[in-house]
Amino acid sequence: MAKFSINNVKVDAIYSCVPKHRLKTADYSLFTPAESMLFKKTTGINERRVASDELTCSDLCFKAAENLISELQINLEEIEVLIFVSQSPDYFLPATAVTLQDRLGLNRNCMAFDINLGCSGYVYGLSVLSSLLKSGLKKGLLLAGDKSTISTSINDKSTYPLFGDAGTATLLSFDENSESMFFDLHSDGSGKDAIMIEYGHSRYPYNTFIDEEREYEPGIKRSRNHLALDGMKVFNFALKEVAKSIDECLQFAQNEKESVDFFVLHQANKLINDSVRKKMKLAEDKFPMSIDNFGNTSSASIPLTICTSVKKQIENKELTLLLSGFGVGLSWANVLLKMGPIPVKCIDYD
Amino acid sequence: MWDILGQEQLSNIKFVNLIMDIQELITHIENEFDELPNGVLYPETSIREIEGWSSMHALILIALVDNHYDVLLTGEELKNALTVQDLFSIIVNRKS
Repeated sequence: MAKFSINNVKVDAIYSCVPKHRLKTADYSLFTPAESMLFKKTTGINERRVASDELTCSDLCFKAAENLISELQINLEEIEVLIFVSQSPDYFLPATAVTLQDRLGLNRNCMAFDINLGCSGYVYGLSVLSSLLKSGLKKGLLLAGDKSTISTSINDKSTYPLFGDAGTATLLSFDENSESMFFDLHSDGSGKDAIMIEYGHSRYPYNTFIDEEREYEPGIKRSRNHLALDGMKVFNFALKEVAKSIDECLQFAQNEKESVDFFVLHQANKLINDSVRKKMKLAEDKFPMSIDNFGNTSSASIPLTICTSVKKQIENKELTLLLSGFGVGLSWANVLLKMGPIPVKCIDYD
Repeated sequence: MWDILGQEQLSNIKFVNLIMDIQELITHIENEFDELPNGVLYPETSIREIEGWSSMHALILIALVDNHYDVLLTGEELKNALTVQDLFSIIVNRKS
């Protein structure tokens, strides 16, 4: 079982960056007014931020990290690890993390690598980065996010209105006085078809397998180069696993759910998060939300929610947080940790 | 109590319970689907003929059943449930 605790590491700051351009659910042409209302009620999404053609996820993460470093006057020499968690890297190769090491002006002694995960990626990234830092490295940057809108078809109403773009930067450091983080990580590749972009990599290379869009059902038209989502499978997976694994993580940490200030869940769908909350018999205000303004932002959703919906609390006091990411893979991960008071910020990319 | 009741009485009690329970399910569905006025759903109502039915309604139904009955319907089960009665039968079978 991938349950473990990590000592001597703390979160110092979280910055997020989103494109300025907003798309409103109400303006999506494939929805009737009734569908639009139902979509908003079910998913919680009022609007989302969409990157222009030339803007990448790494640009958003770069902007978040650059602002964090300059505003908090971080010594670049002390950043010894950089991890980029994303499923929308700049290139097939090299790894985007390595290009970001250079763009940010980090030392050549800084180790840098990518992690290819989506919705569970932030918690996975925290686990890998803190494992490295506990051995005594000074500071590390976790850059997490996605430009998911690049892979959805505008003709597919099962994916297009769901996703928003965002990049985030989280600074962690070695600190002997910090309290333990408790991790609980899972994966189930038998559910790989539930969220998939089939074409474009080694199995079906882009130059060989360029696909025309075809209609799967009315309002769902896409190619195999686009993101395909089996909403029912993902929904069932989330309802089956998330509350249960959160409970297991709390048990592992020997902590009661009542002692947690906020459960910051991945923002895939309001109905999922409401269901998890009801299963856990907890109040609505324990589950902050950002999906209403940003849509599903993949691995950025947890830090973005902290930056926007927990800002006031986390900037003023130490909080006990349970972070839970779940989705593509299938992959899901939880961490119980203390965080704060720390600076957090959400920036618009001009 | 069951020992002193005849089979017919027992089955009547179960039948009454069933009617009450399916009415409860209908009430939950009518409450959850904003566009449905109360009193329009019956056990024999076809789920997919509910006005404006979409895949989002399916997700709402799954969440509703999970929340109220602690039964997680699979996509296949929901596909095979043509009427409210079918849905109720799946819940009863899964609970028994």
